[in-house]
Amino acid sequence: MKLRATTAAIALAAMLPAFPALAQSPQKVAVDKSQIRFAFKQMNVPVEGRFRKFDATVAFDPKKPEATKAEFEVDLGSIDLGSPEGETEAKRKPWLNVEAFPRAKFVATAVKANGPGRYEATGPLTIKGLSQNITAPFTLVDAGGMRTVEGQFALKRLQFKIGEGVWADTETVADEVTVRFKFVIPSTK
Amino acid sequence: MNSPGPDRYGTTAIALHWVAGILILGNLAFGLYMVDLQLSPAKLRFYSWHKWAGVTIFLVSAVRLLWRLGHPAPALPSSMPSWQRGAAHASHHLLYLLFFAVPVTGWLFSSAAGFQTVYFGVIPIPDLLDKNKEVADALKLAHRLLNYTLATLVAVHAAAAIKHHVVDADDVLARMVPFLKPRS
Repeated sequence: MKLRATTAAIALAAMLPAFPALAQSPQKVAVDKSQIRFAFKQMNVPVEGRFRKFDATVAFDPKKPEATKAEFEVDLGSIDLGSPEGETEAKRKPWLNVEAFPRAKFVATAVKANGPGRYEATGPLTIKGLSQNITAPFTLVDAGGMRTVEGQFALKRLQFKIGEGVWADTETVADEVTVRFKFVIPSTK
Repeated sequence: MNSPGPDRYGTTAIALHWVAGILILGNLAFGLYMVDLQLSPAKLRFYSWHKWAGVTIFLVSAVRLLWRLGHPAPALPSSMPSWQRGAAHASHHLLYLLFFAVPVTGWLFSSAAGFQTVYFGVIPIPDLLDKNKEVADALKLAHRLLNYTLATLVAVHAAAAIKHHVVDADDVLARMVPFLKPRS
């Protein structure tokens, strides 16, 4: 695909429709207003966490979603599970192996409209050196000079070898992880 | 004998006492064991089991308290000095208080630490507190200290029962032990 060949950054965000000429300029998301959270079940108990550090560059025009370019990088060492013991464990080799694979990456290679303000991004998600195609539906709201993109998708942790050895047991820690994201992109006026 | 009540506890009270006692001591020992384990799937299971046992202890204690309110304890031997009666009453009140305070602090600690308690993995118990590290640390300490207090009190309780039986040679222990016959 042409899009894949194009470089870096990209998409879930973008520009004022009023300035179509600028619509494809990549923009950085406002990290302090954005969130990447995840949830899974441990002994059937819901557990939530988030990543404190990530970076995203997005070029998105709601009128031409197919021309989207978006790239997201998550600093896996910034994991917040609310417990130091859990965080230390999550960074170790059987889990995220942060030392060898410090960052996770998602590149949106295709975005299509699903209705007013609703879209769907598809592309490879790479964690621990393993890539899987995922599809993430999201909503888009422009308000107060800000563009807010929110959505979620589910991944199977074992497809990325997150939790190897004894931790591959899904009776204690479920395979499915729900990732919820909210990106705020300042609209340039 | 002029004792106003029965001379021993009823079968239900005796059964509740020993079931609760075994659960409490077992869960206390289990808790001390599990906290020092390295993180593993087994440890996660153990924590869940510990919480389920704690909820069970809370429920058994509630049943016990209600039963106790409707079924007065047998009278203490008239030979007991009044300070001992006072100490016995005070320690029993404190024990009952801890039967509830210990599981409640455990549950609150779990909530504040961000882990909901789901009884037997099926019944979610609501989180009264939001996730908060400072609150969680304080509750963890409270849970620990209350447990030490409970363990100490249980030891004193058992020692006093044995002292009644061996030194005072009265029927205080016999009224709670099914196979011991009252001597009087």
